[in-house]
Formats: sequence, C-alpha cells, structure tokens
Amino acid sequence: MEAVRIVTGTAVPLDRSDVDTDQIIPSDWLKQVERTGFEKGLFSEWRDDRDFVLNQEQYAGATILLAGPNFGTGSSREHAVWAIQQYGFQAVVSPRFGDIFRNNSTKNGLVPVVVSPEVSEKLMRAVEADPTLEITIDVERRTLEVPALGVSVDFPLDDSVQHRFLEGLDDIGLTLQKTGAIETYESSRADWFPTTR
Amino acid sequence: MTAPKTLSQKVWDAHVVAREAGEPDLLFIDLHLVHEVTSPQAFDGLRLNGRTVRHPELTIATEDHNVPTENTHLEIADPISRKQVDTLRANCAEFGITIHPMNTPGQGIVHIIGPEQGLTLPGMTVVCGDSHTSTHGAFGALAFGIGTSEVEHVLATQTLPQPAAKTLAITVDGELPHGSTAKDVILAILGRIGTGGGIGHIAEYRGSAIRGLSMEGRMTVCNMSIEAGAKAGMIAPDQTTFDYLQGRQHAPSGAAWDEAVEYWKTLVTDDDATFDKEVSLDAAEIFPHVSWGTNPGQVAPITDSVPDPASFADPVERNAAERALEYMGLAAGTPLKEIAVDTVFIGSCTNGRIEDLRAVAEVAKGRKVSSGLRTLVVPGSWAVKAQAEAEGIDRVITEAGFDWRDPGCSMCLAMNPDKLAPGERSASTSNRNFEGRQGRGGRTHLVSPAVAAATAIAGHFAPPEDL
Ligand code: SF4
Repeated sequence: MEAVRIVTGTAVPLDRSDVDTDQIIPSDWLKQVERTGFEKGLFSEWRDDRDFVLNQEQYAGATILLAGPNFGTGSSREHAVWAIQQYGFQAVVSPRFGDIFRNNSTKNGLVPVVVSPEVSEKLMRAVEADPTLEITIDVERRTLEVPALGVSVDFPLDDSVQHRFLEGLDDIGLTLQKTGAIETYESSRADWFPTTR
Repeated sequence: MTAPKTLSQKVWDAHVVAREAGEPDLLFIDLHLVHEVTSPQAFDGLRLNGRTVRHPELTIATEDHNVPTENTHLEIADPISRKQVDTLRANCAEFGITIHPMNTPGQGIVHIIGPEQGLTLPGMTVVCGDSHTSTHGAFGALAFGIGTSEVEHVLATQTLPQPAAKTLAITVDGELPHGSTAKDVILAILGRIGTGGGIGHIAEYRGSAIRGLSMEGRMTVCNMSIEAGAKAGMIAPDQTTFDYLQGRQHAPSGAAWDEAVEYWKTLVTDDDATFDKEVSLDAAEIFPHVSWGTNPGQVAPITDSVPDPASFADPVERNAAERALEYMGLAAGTPLKEIAVDTVFIGSCTNGRIEDLRAVAEVAKGRKVSSGLRTLVVPGSWAVKAQAEAEGIDRVITEAGFDWRDPGCSMCLAMNPDKLAPGERSASTSNRNFEGRQGRGGRTHLVSPAVAAATAIAGHFAPPEDL
C-alpha cells in the first residue's frame, strides 16, 4: 500500500446509521475477479436516487466520507473499501465502524477515523451548511481538525497500524520476516489437528 | 498459578506465534476456508509477489455464493459467475488446494461443510473471507471473518496479526417456550444489544438454554454473532460437541481422539475469569421472533406489531426505524401476523442444516403451501440434502408444495438466479435483512425455519401453533 500521512479536503455527509457493506457495494459487484473498477458500484442502489448525497454537485471532489454510527457492518467484502477508495475517498469518519471493515481499511490505506457521536453530529451539520468546509486528518498526530469550526480532536489508531500507514508497509512482507517463529510454532502443534487432504 | 482465563483467551493464547509490545499478536491459523467471491484478488496478489501457499493442506475451497440451485449438472449460465467459479478452480489447481466443485458430494456452503466434515474442531483457529465464519465458534473454535488482504496473508503465511479483542458474555438461562428455537434466541439477543453491541468483542454464549441446544442450534446462534458486530462467537465444547464430532471424516480417531478430548475439556471459561461486558437473557421470555426492519437488530416477537418509530428515545434509532419502515413498505402498528409474504426462503449457513429441514417437514406434513406463494428450500450442502432425502423430508415438503433445490447460498444474498423482485416480501431463514440483500428492492423478514414453514402455509407471518 501507499504511505498516507495527511488527508485534507472537503467531505460528503452520509447522514444515516448502520450502513452495512451490502449498501456500500451490492453483491452484484462482487463477481469481478479484478481489484479495480469498483467506484461505479459504490452505493450503486442509492445513487439511482438523484437527491442522494453523492449525486449532489456541491460535494464533488470530496476526499472524506462522513458517516453515521455502525458504518461498514455486515459482510467482510473488502470490495467495500476498494469502492470507497476508487471513488476518491481517502478517509471515513464515523462514531463506530464494523471491525472487519475497519481492519480492511487499514490494509488498503483508507483511514478510519473514529470520533465521538457529538463531534460526528457537529461535522455532519457543518458540512451540510457549508460543503466547502476543509477537514484535515493527520495520521502522524492522530488528529482531525477543522480550523473554521474550531474543532481539533484526537482519534485512536494503534501504533502498529499508524506505522504501516506512515511507511506504506505490506503486512505479508513483515510477517515473512518472522518465518523462524512460525516454524517453531508449527513443530509444536498437536497431532489431532486435521488436514484437508 | 496462572491467571484465570475465558474460553476465547485460552484458544487465543494457544495460537500466539509471536507477541511483541505495541504490535498485534501474530496468530497461527489451523483452518482456512476459501470460496469464489473473496479469494480471486488474494491469489492474484500471491502471483504478483511470487509467493506460494504455505499450507495448502490446511486450506479447503468450495463453491457456494454464485452457484445455481437448479440444473446444477449444467454449466453456470451467468458468464460472470461462471468466470468467478472457474477462477477459483484454476487457483486451487495452481496452488494445490483441495476444492469441492459444484455438484460434487463434498460441496456446500462453506460454513456448513467445515463442521460436517469434521474439519472444524474445538480449540482451533478458523478463518474465511466471509463474515459468518463466526458459525464455527459453536465448537469452541476461535473463528472469524477476514477481508481479501487477510486471505492473502493467511495463504502466504498461515498466520494473521490480530489486535486484541475484548470479551463479552451473553448468558441465556432457563427453558425456551414451546416453539422457540435457536434462531429466536439469537434474534432476541440482537434485539437487545443491537448491531453495534458486539463490536470489538468476542462473544461467549453461556447458560443452561445454550447448553441445551444441539450443535445445529449452537451454529445458528454463533452464525449471527457478526450481526451484533462481534468479532467471533463461541460456545464451550461439551459432550454434545464430542458426540457430534466423533466419527466424522477429518476428526481424529483412536488415541488421537482421546488426547484431543482430554484437551478440549479444558476449553471452558475459568470460574473466576471476568468478562469486559456481560448481558443476560431469560430464555422463558424468548418467543418466536420476526424482523421488521433493515438491520438484524430491528426485531420483535411475532405476536407484536410493527413499532412506531416515535417510540424510540434514541434519535439515531428513531431515524433508522423511519427509514426502515419506508423501505419495507410497512405502517407502524400493523400486527406482524397480518403481513403477507410473496416468497419463503429456507436455507443459508444460518438455517440450512438437517435439523432445520426436519423442523420444516414437521410443520409442512399434510399441509399445503398458500396458493401463489414462491418457496425455496435449499439444503446447505449435498450431505444435508442426501440425509434429508434418506429421511423422506424431500417427499413431505414437496407434497406440501415447497420447491426442493440443490445446495448453495442462494437467496441469502442473491448472487445466483434466486432473487426477490423489487418490492417483493420474503420470510427468510437467513441472517441479513439489509436493503437489497435478497435482490434489489426486496424486503426481507428474518425468521426461524418453523416460522418460515408456517408462514408459507398461512401466507402471512404465523407460528406453527396458529395453523
Ligand atoms: S449462506 Fe449467506 S451468509 Fe452464509 S456464506 Fe452464503 S451468502 Fe454468506
């Protein structure tokens, strides 16, 4: 993945809770065997509605997705993260993410920013009132800032995840450096573990 | 003396390959289940980096999401689905992975075949690029869904770095009322803790009502752990577990069986261990449930009515309820039993096992499906189908007018031809009532197999005793 240090830009306010990954990318889109081309599938059922927030011109070019609580719950499909990124978002802000979605985000360099329900609500209303509002997410300092609103909050990000974001590291490469430990573990496994042969 | 531990901590700690301060634990993975939808990009990644599969013999593949449930002896008609299935076959051949292709005896839904072939055992770590991997926790395995990047990681290294999860105890004590099933237990739990209630936690289901469930029932409960956002759901193994496993194809035998059982018996939460969060429910108050909304936390007992969104104090929940009723085409205050359905779907990794089909046959026997209603009964695997046919279940239900299909995920997620049309309403034994889950614009109500069968006969939501 590519390194991510700072995400600055405008945001799209997706003001609904429990947006599961089936909504982010419906199952019709999961038949692809490639990793690209998912931007067209992003929220594809909702995008048929002309008033849907992603169709509103004032939010074109946004790089941050503001979401309600329980965003990315449900299916494990990483296609949801690919679709959000390929559409042009670099970060998603929500009071609470589904675990697998959040994990998938970090593997692809999409920054999951957890904020309190109050801050989420405040950002939602502010961006609706002024779509040009600039938000800055700093991975190194683990902060979300909106100077025009006087908002500056910290968000949680594990040290190891932050390190991978900042350096653009590939998890598999890191684990392969521990092959010795894996071999030691393998030699200690009990006989009763099944094989698929 | 070692510190007291919960079941999940014991299994977790037994799989730590490397532990370093500030880093997630690196866990060894005992079993990796693979299907056609979430794996192609992972195999591509391996090829791109010149990597191999570290343990193909700990990996098993099946075709389930895309496969049709009729005419399965023919090629898949949809060219894109066919390409995805062909890609899986080619990848398994290239990397030496055993696969159960469509229309072969070992094929079925990924979470059905693991347990029935004895591949899922207590104390194992099990992963799959599929969120319902939590199903396997019913055996006391630590089992969780992963994304495609992690699938690639497991293929390449047989390990996964995992950040620590908190523990959640869900205790259900007492006796279920007549007619209530494992499905109603988990729907009631979801109604209580909501879709976010388990996020960041590994749940352990405990209590006499859980102990009293069969393995099939326990799998139904653990299956929907992810619907509460839990990373995994587990149940401590006991005699019910051992009896289910003994003699299965890949389960140990002879001395290895005895050694394994000895160890499995230690996989219980220590008396003085504590959980980060605890919830308890009284089994006697769990009646058959129906979902009325568009997330699995939006449920009510079948004797209730569609709730009024205004009755929710929390503005986020109120909003979600308003939106859900609009999508579902329901008016607040409508008794659930008065809602008519167009389709009944019985199957999926939640309720596609033999016990589920027996429950359907019991209700269907000597009765007829309401006229004009579409029904699909889709066994979870060929083994389930063969067993059902050996018991004569297929005859009972086809005589009642149900449509008896071949195994697959089918209308659980509508990646194959089994879909709801826009506006169509279903009673479904699957796990997700999300917007569009069973077909664009489709309206899904989650129920148990017994309620699904009774609903098919009545034409509207009904528990069996109403027939
Ligand atoms: S039956 Fe449904 S939930 Fe289960 S694996 Fe298939 S699609 Fe997923």
